[in-house]
Amino acid sequence: MAPDMLSLSSQFPILVAIAPLLTAPICALLRGKTAPWAVTTIASAYAFYISLQLLLTVASFGPISYELGGWAPPWGIEYVVDLLSGFMLVLISGVSTGVLLFARESVTKEVPTSQLGLFFAAYLLALTGMLGICITGDAFNVFVFLEIMSLSSYALIAMGERTDRRALTAAFQYLIIGTVGATFYLIGVGLIYMMTGTLNIADIAARFPEIEGTRPILAAAGFIVIGLAIKLALFPFHIWLPNGYTYAPSIITAFFAGTATKVSVYLLIRYIFTVFGVNYSFQGLELMDILLPFAVLGFLTMSAVAIYQTNIKRLLAYSSVAQLGYIILGIALANETGLTASIVHIFNHAIVKTGLFLSVGCMFFVVGSTYLKDLEGIGRRMPITTFGFVLGGLGLIGVPLTPGFISKWYLVVAALEKGSVIGYGLVALLMVSSLLAVIYIWRVVEVAYFRDMPEGTVKEEAPISLLVPTWLFILGSFYFGIETSFNVGIAKAAAAFLMGGA
Amino acid sequence: MIEGLNPGFILIFGALLVPITSGIIRSILLLTLPVLALTQIYTLGLGTWGHYEFLGLSIELTRIDPLARIFGTVFCLASFMGMIYALHVKDTIQHFVALIYMGSAIGAVFAGDMITLFVFWELTAISSVFLIWASRTERAYKAGMRYLIIQVSSGVILLGGIILYYQETGSIAFNYIGLTGLASGLILLAFGIKSAFPFLHNWMQDAYPEATVTGTVILSAFTTKLAIYTLARAFPGTDILIPIGAAMTVYPIFFAVLENDLRRVLAYSLNNQLGYMVVGVGIGTELAINGTAAHAFAHIMYKSLLFMSMGAVLFRTGTIKASELGGLYKSMPVTMVFCIIGAMSIAAFPLTGGFVSKAMIQSAAADGGMVVIWLIMLFASAGVMDHSGIKVPFFTFFAHDSGIRVKEAPMNMLFAMGFAAFFCIGIGVFPGLLYELLPYEPTYKPYTAGHVITSLQLLLFAVLAFALLMRYKIYPPELRSTNLDFDWFYRVPLKWLALAIGRLILVIWNWFLGIANDIVYSIINTTEKTHGDGKVLARTTSSSTAVMIIVAVLGFVVVFFYRFLQQPLPM
Repeated sequence: MAPDMLSLSSQFPILVAIAPLLTAPICALLRGKTAPWAVTTIASAYAFYISLQLLLTVASFGPISYELGGWAPPWGIEYVVDLLSGFMLVLISGVSTGVLLFARESVTKEVPTSQLGLFFAAYLLALTGMLGICITGDAFNVFVFLEIMSLSSYALIAMGERTDRRALTAAFQYLIIGTVGATFYLIGVGLIYMMTGTLNIADIAARFPEIEGTRPILAAAGFIVIGLAIKLALFPFHIWLPNGYTYAPSIITAFFAGTATKVSVYLLIRYIFTVFGVNYSFQGLELMDILLPFAVLGFLTMSAVAIYQTNIKRLLAYSSVAQLGYIILGIALANETGLTASIVHIFNHAIVKTGLFLSVGCMFFVVGSTYLKDLEGIGRRMPITTFGFVLGGLGLIGVPLTPGFISKWYLVVAALEKGSVIGYGLVALLMVSSLLAVIYIWRVVEVAYFRDMPEGTVKEEAPISLLVPTWLFILGSFYFGIETSFNVGIAKAAAAFLMGGA
Repeated sequence: MIEGLNPGFILIFGALLVPITSGIIRSILLLTLPVLALTQIYTLGLGTWGHYEFLGLSIELTRIDPLARIFGTVFCLASFMGMIYALHVKDTIQHFVALIYMGSAIGAVFAGDMITLFVFWELTAISSVFLIWASRTERAYKAGMRYLIIQVSSGVILLGGIILYYQETGSIAFNYIGLTGLASGLILLAFGIKSAFPFLHNWMQDAYPEATVTGTVILSAFTTKLAIYTLARAFPGTDILIPIGAAMTVYPIFFAVLENDLRRVLAYSLNNQLGYMVVGVGIGTELAINGTAAHAFAHIMYKSLLFMSMGAVLFRTGTIKASELGGLYKSMPVTMVFCIIGAMSIAAFPLTGGFVSKAMIQSAAADGGMVVIWLIMLFASAGVMDHSGIKVPFFTFFAHDSGIRVKEAPMNMLFAMGFAAFFCIGIGVFPGLLYELLPYEPTYKPYTAGHVITSLQLLLFAVLAFALLMRYKIYPPELRSTNLDFDWFYRVPLKWLALAIGRLILVIWNWFLGIANDIVYSIINTTEKTHGDGKVLARTTSSSTAVMIIVAVLGFVVVFFYRFLQQPLPM
């Protein structure tokens, strides 16, 4: 890479994080309805373009290393793009751009016009944080980006305050718990730095075998795993998530559901497979014994909880926690198929959930509520939106031809590869959990199609600018459920790379 | 047409045109699609098409071999017939889902691998439930819900079986599987649910009679015969199927005798007829498989004919209760003739379709020296004779005059019935045409030429004489008392026995259901207490509690990791 340092393409790794970061203050100064949105969308689309370029380069030429300020690693900060991080960059910037297309009309109903500049500035900062976490190869730099992302997301969730004042307490609770998570991570990194004297992830990984049995490293592993589990809302650390997702503005919920928790999953995969190494994580620390019960309890109880919810956003939020259980299960199985399942599901769930939250956003735009009792007969009132929701729901259940099926297929195969009673038991539990998903989606379908519309309501669709992005995600989910060479192909390659102990 | 396109897709894609058409154009569309699909089957000939790699699995969208072809052919004919019968219906949803349902059944028959099969399998379940819901009654909604749960579970079990089978063998090709272990057991169970094995059968009698007039006709042709096809493909010669099938031929008779709803009577006799086919698959010889395929073919024709005639009666009179009908031969003479043709065919009357096909299965059993099975099937034939051959036409068209005077069935219904009746008689008179289509045609003929068939024919003629006698005795409605006199001998002891056995089965079944219900309810209650809205697991705990949990788990995890200090890292 980089025969001449002056060409723009050689600067892509830094540009992908810097572009939204530098746009944010500009955005904060802009006034009016359209300008902040337009600038944000352009920045996000640009990041998406760069991410695609990076992924293509990585796919054909192997990992890219970029030295920040010309300081060679391990002294300077190094940005690294490999297949997995490139994949994450594309996912995050892609979802962000899609959601932003939806945002223009949607936010005007949910955020005061005077705050739109600040709102989009915070959005850009959150985007910067997520992209930065994926691209940086420096453990402390990760913390910095994690905080950028978290602080802006607290603000973004609190913006839902105009619709429901509970957004404020939700944001505050997220702030407390999120900070605990970030602090744990920082403590872990501090301990590792103490033992290795380096913050460069590749460098840490290289020095790791010498010190892996020491007390501080064991504590560091504990702090990092738990800290990231909090950030990714693994059951039972998910308390902040349902409220946060329920009361945030529609587009923020859609954006975060697809990306925010996934970034933390990415970090967890990085630490378990790259820094600690497969051998150490699963034979030494026996991480499977820790993660597996949480994952299984997570997808079972949270799916069951979702069934009883009365607010559709909250229902989907609990379903998200359950889906994160699947992702963690794939990691915990510690085989290549399982890891493939996790990575594929990061992608597939992002597409499906974003589509679902966007269709809920359409409903909110028209009806002004996301409580099931207010959505009776919505199937006849908003046929296009509701049909999109149902299709997305099929993806969540894991019906064939949807991406949910692909993920579950790999998960089941991975569980069977594990063999023994545990493997078969897991398959049975996965089936039970799918059944629970059928029930909670069916509850919505029942309300939407089998109840009468309230008196005095008329057939009224969401505006086209909301429907198009929503259906983009819904149809996209079917595309990736049928033509799987992109998501499965990259996930397989990335999983093989990670399991190879690199 | 696209080379190698699975004929099922023609109906499925065609269904998408239904919402944008109306009137005569829609009618033409509905009738053309099955014809196109049938043309596609025969233009393609035998072979496989549509190979794809998907997740490293080899998908084979279209596979036409003689076994698949005969089922595909009869499915196309049944689609055509069902569509004629449903032409008068002005319900877009029904036409749409009926086409999807038929298309997916045809698609499943031509699926070359189990993933494709699974997709179509679930599609038949999901689309067909709308035919039940189309009645738009509370009962139909609930029955449809139960039907859907059972059908979808069958799919889930099938998928589980497929995945395990793939783990074991590394192949998902849909060929002979045979009962060898857990994987094949699950697959067999899934097929068994759809073919209404004993104790897995309730969905059928529960749901079919609740569907619309036209829906029942369409439903009765596809789902179960698709299951029979899959059994014949994957489990021929599996011994366990013989007793299962034999039980299936017998026990529905007891329920059918007791039942007043005539469409439900037909649903029970459908179950009984499936028993013959399951026995045929279980025997698994070439003759038996031929018999199964032929019986499925003939069965679709005469069963549809019976359901269609009862549907016409329901359509005109608004009731289908045996006790409320009677004397309709005056108002609906054509329907009556068709109904009797169907009844004769189901009773395996010579020169009808049922005779030609059932004889093959029975002689296959005789060839295998299975005397008990042969006798059971003979007994079951007598039972069918009683409830479908006599009870259905007798109570509807003759018996005491109910005073109901209605118009003859609509023209399109009569056409559809005529179409089915044509095949019932046609197959009976020219069995050679059907035999041409059979999977193992060349080796079959020597067997039929043997004396096995001849002796069976004699026996069936005896049954025929019995039936004719009954019919002459009971034919004039005025002589109902004579009928009762005659009947006493035949009816009372048998009915008493039937009632006793029926009650016993019901008691056991209810007990079993009761326990299952209790377990399910207690699970749901416990879940709601812990997972319900605002309950422990769904509550937003205070931040301090959340942090307490976090710290506790962290402490535990760190201590857990510290065990590692004492032992060296295993490499």
